Amino acid sequence: MAAPTVLTHPIARFVVRRLAYSAVVLLGVAVVVFALVHLVPGDPVRIALGTRYTPEAYEALRSASGLDRPIVSQFFGFVGSAATGDLGVSFRNGDPVTVTLMERLPATLSLGLAGMVIALLIAVPAGIYSALREGRASDAVIRISSQFGVSVPDFWMAILLVGLFSTTLGWLPTSGYRPLFDDPVGWLRHIVLPAVTVGLVAGAIMTRYVRSAVLEVASMGYVRTARSKGLSPRVVTFRHTVRNALVPILTITGIQLATILSGVIVVEVVFAWPGLGRLVFNAVAARDYPLIQGAVLLIAALFLLINLIVDVLYAVVDPRIRLA
Amino acid sequence: MTTRDDTRISSWKLLARNPVTLVSALVLAAVAVVAVFAQALAPYGINDVDVPNALQAPSLTHWLGTDELGRDVLSRVLVAVQASMRIAVTSVALALVVGVAIGVLAGYRGGWLDTVLMRVVDVMFAFPVLLLALAVVAILGPGVTTTILAIGIVYTPIFARVGRASTLGVRTEPYVRMSQAMGTGDGYILRRHILPNISGPLIVQTSLSLAFAILSEAALSFLGLGIQPPQPSLGRMIFDSQGFVTMAWWMAVFPGAAIFVIVLAFNLFGDGLRDVLDPKQRTTVEARRRER
Repeated sequence: MAAPTVLTHPIARFVVRRLAYSAVVLLGVAVVVFALVHLVPGDPVRIALGTRYTPEAYEALRSASGLDRPIVSQFFGFVGSAATGDLGVSFRNGDPVTVTLMERLPATLSLGLAGMVIALLIAVPAGIYSALREGRASDAVIRISSQFGVSVPDFWMAILLVGLFSTTLGWLPTSGYRPLFDDPVGWLRHIVLPAVTVGLVAGAIMTRYVRSAVLEVASMGYVRTARSKGLSPRVVTFRHTVRNALVPILTITGIQLATILSGVIVVEVVFAWPGLGRLVFNAVAARDYPLIQGAVLLIAALFLLINLIVDVLYAVVDPRIRLA
Repeated sequence: MTTRDDTRISSWKLLARNPVTLVSALVLAAVAVVAVFAQALAPYGINDVDVPNALQAPSLTHWLGTDELGRDVLSRVLVAVQASMRIAVTSVALALVVGVAIGVLAGYRGGWLDTVLMRVVDVMFAFPVLLLALAVVAILGPGVTTTILAIGIVYTPIFARVGRASTLGVRTEPYVRMSQAMGTGDGYILRRHILPNISGPLIVQTSLSLAFAILSEAALSFLGLGIQPPQPSLGRMIFDSQGFVTMAWWMAVFPGAAIFVIVLAFNLFGDGLRDVLDPKQRTTVEARRRER
């Protein structure tokens, strides 16, 4: 009998299928991102130049950005260059877009991860506690608090936090960023408020998912069996219920992380945080189309990548998913 | 056996029995009144500049205080709520119509059309909400129409997914099969059998989407990309309050509180609706618990 190849393994097949699917979606994203600059009513180069317009500058920028070539050749040029990591140059300052994006990525990653840590510190205990006390007053309080957190505009909370902890109490800086490795204390002082803003909102959303994940597991037959064979409530709760709820919790953590990384635009603007979000915002305000295209492509790719990793981890942990 | 009318009445009763749903419905009714009669309710003009009375704390003459130009915060909040609601309702209506059309068509027809439409929806889903909205603004420039389009485009895929999933559930029901066997046209089946039976999840999704549309509009206006001055918007009022948080807290607190209350009401109302209209979505857990 021939030895089974790697690809016959169900997980490998699942990964390949998900990879192919992500590649198709990413190609679709590339089409949309490419179309972006061509959907602008009027001439994007002209708009980008604004008051700096001269016929020479116009021709130079137009040919540098390849907009003078036929559209099909432009598209393949765009996808081909993007695949090799070349996202063109900024309309504003001529800097390579890829370099600018990579400079901004660490700030967004550190804010996203710090926010995620805070979200988990809130959501996991609150969600589990709420589920275990289902129907009681403490459950109602946690559920309503989480609805409050979901409904608060993050920029409003950010401004109120700054007003309280920075302007009034003077404990923390109002805005700005220090790189972690140059100035760890400065990094921590600057990241607290933006991370709390991000973390509270994400934590509120995640509390609901953690609660329903634990409730879902708690209603399973094996939990009833564990209880009926006389195991202590403690063992049933932690070894049977919470442990099995970790799988869906892991999924929502991944999805939420992707959402945070791609959605911190407003928080970054409020705190003058030099990440991808503020970069996109400034690029939109400046009509810097290559930079917008590059940033949107990178963020969407990150979003897809994290979702892919979550799906694969899920399939590894839970065989029902890959066999479905 | 219950007749159709009986179930309807009991739905209303069920809704009214939940105090949280009832309160959120009353809040939304008040918001609707503001949205229609904002100008009449506003005690002052939205751009009545009164510099000598700038940054006044809340008082009997100015219930929510005045801003840095002496404009009445209450009047501006009322008119801004109206603008917010108009944008939210129009954009969600757009997403509902387009999304449901895509979803129902994909779910009812199946086959290659389903595959193609759903891959397009997947691509739209790969764009984070605010990023997609920003991309639309980058193309069309800031303004109310752009905001409506941006939010509408962002929420279309959600309605497409909900519409498709619900249609798949209904498509194989005996009454649809029977109707098909009798040679009824697809258009009639979609209108008379499919749409009425998938309306529950769609109504729930509409309420939740309105909450997020209000938040998205506020975020876009905060960034200066939505409603443009001198028209007041809740997001921009919060942005403008940034320099005055310590000396005029009311400038930041009230517009934000307005957003918060409306969004919370839509979210809680959506949850209440889900329990009544879309019991399948109600965590399977509760159902199982009842069996025990």
